[in-house]
Amino acid sequence: MSIEARERRQPWILLSPALTAVVLLLIVPLLFIVVYSFWLRSATGADTAGFYLDNWKKVLSDRFYRDILFSTLRIAAITTAACALLGYPAAYFIARSRGNKLILLVLLMLPFWISYIIRTMSWINILGTSGALNSLLLMLGVISEPIQMLYNETTVILGLVHFLLPFMVLNIYVSLEGIDTNLEDAANSLGATRWQSFLQVTLPLSLPGLAAGGLLCFVLGAGTYITPVILGGPRDAMFANLVFEAIIRQLNWPLGSALSLLLLAVLGALVLIYNRYLGMSQLAKGLG
Amino acid sequence: MGEGRGWGWSVIRAYTVLVYLFMFLPVAVVVLLSFNASQFGAFPMTGFSFRWFQALWENDAIVRAFRTSIALGLMTALVSTTLGVLAALALVRYNVPGRDMITTLLIAPILVPEVVLAVALLLFLNFLNINKSFGLLLMGHVIFTLPFVILVVQARLVSIRKDVEEAAQSLGATPRQTFFAVTLPLLMPAVAAGALFAFTISFDDITGTLFWKPGGVETVPTQIFSMLRNSISPEINALGTVMIVMTVGLPVIGAGIARLLARRRGA
Repeated sequence: MSIEARERRQPWILLSPALTAVVLLLIVPLLFIVVYSFWLRSATGADTAGFYLDNWKKVLSDRFYRDILFSTLRIAAITTAACALLGYPAAYFIARSRGNKLILLVLLMLPFWISYIIRTMSWINILGTSGALNSLLLMLGVISEPIQMLYNETTVILGLVHFLLPFMVLNIYVSLEGIDTNLEDAANSLGATRWQSFLQVTLPLSLPGLAAGGLLCFVLGAGTYITPVILGGPRDAMFANLVFEAIIRQLNWPLGSALSLLLLAVLGALVLIYNRYLGMSQLAKGLG
Repeated sequence: MGEGRGWGWSVIRAYTVLVYLFMFLPVAVVVLLSFNASQFGAFPMTGFSFRWFQALWENDAIVRAFRTSIALGLMTALVSTTLGVLAALALVRYNVPGRDMITTLLIAPILVPEVVLAVALLLFLNFLNINKSFGLLLMGHVIFTLPFVILVVQARLVSIRKDVEEAAQSLGATPRQTFFAVTLPLLMPAVAAGALFAFTISFDDITGTLFWKPGGVETVPTQIFSMLRNSISPEINALGTVMIVMTVGLPVIGAGIARLLARRRGA
């Protein structure tokens, strides 16, 4: 074999284990549940293979599923907006501060390492009936009995923002770092106020980071299963909870497949739109 | 910039402090309450005590969950890092046709919602007669940690210059010798970072794990999840503190070792 041919084959040999894993453990299984979603659940045992539209009819026409899909998207949208509002100034501060940048960044990365379930349940310590906030209000005499602040949509959003905020800050930070500060100085020296040069120079240039952070927050938020179970009430189920119900509790796998695919289609469409306009490289930058 | 940045900057600084407080206060409260002597996992604090850590140690279910999580995390890190380092090498070092397509495919497991990934893998492997088992858990954890390993290793690899390898080869080293004597030692920090990432993500995972775990097997997060069903107890806070120390401590130690290695190489 010539050296050139070897050189050409080498990368594929290196790539093949990872590609095989992704194809066998992700791509083929996804195609499989597409097929499975057209099968019929039988009460007696094995599901009936075939081409039945029943699951899809149910998933697409049932008010119950549609309402939960919409409320899931709404919760994800509010979460994303809150992350942007909280995260942008913080990212700006880190990017433009002198000196202790590294410490600020490390602090920001810490929550990534702190268990998701611990961070979620930590809000029970704060907002629960015997939590920090109620104890404080009782002590101050503002209230005479603990108030139930937990287990509603607001606490679900709060938990999600707490979980997703680092993704947002990090992505915005990465794109702010990439902006030449001379541009801002140039705008200032041409007579723009700081606020004007921010609005017309820095903000537009940092939009790719904001978009990447937004996409991550939205997709991760809309796909979440744990947060509504821990911080939400019985009426705050999100779409992933429906999937869990169908697959694990009711063992209705064809229906669960259709529900999963609907969620994938909605969120996948967003990823595709993002990819069309901004490309995946920005996202890879923020994650790496 | 240069001169004072005015009140606008002070506002941004105060705002940032609040954002950091928002991130860390709840976690700090978990740690604080885990030392609470009171038998309810809540305020007021009645005294300082290690009793809940003692209770953890004596709780068989929790110790078992720790063993499962650590075994799963180590095996995930081993497999995922091996696959990830090889793929990252190919992507950074070679001119692969269709690199963007391949990269997108390899990071696809992050882009697919975890629930969907969990359902697809569970149903497909069940179809192949592979039931809920430790093996299924391992495969699942490998597939969703792989993209993170690839991204982290790729980022580190870019900074390793290729001419060192070329020098070794021009001095007569075979590609294999070059890899083990030159590339791998230079790669170690990237490998370590990838492995640490894979371990931590696996150790922390709950959504996929809930779908894949066989009955009776619990990892630390699923154990906490089932304990939360009842109510929050000081034991959960203590467990949380242990998790925080583990997951924050490991990367810090890892970074320390990486720095030490770098310094030794520099000397």
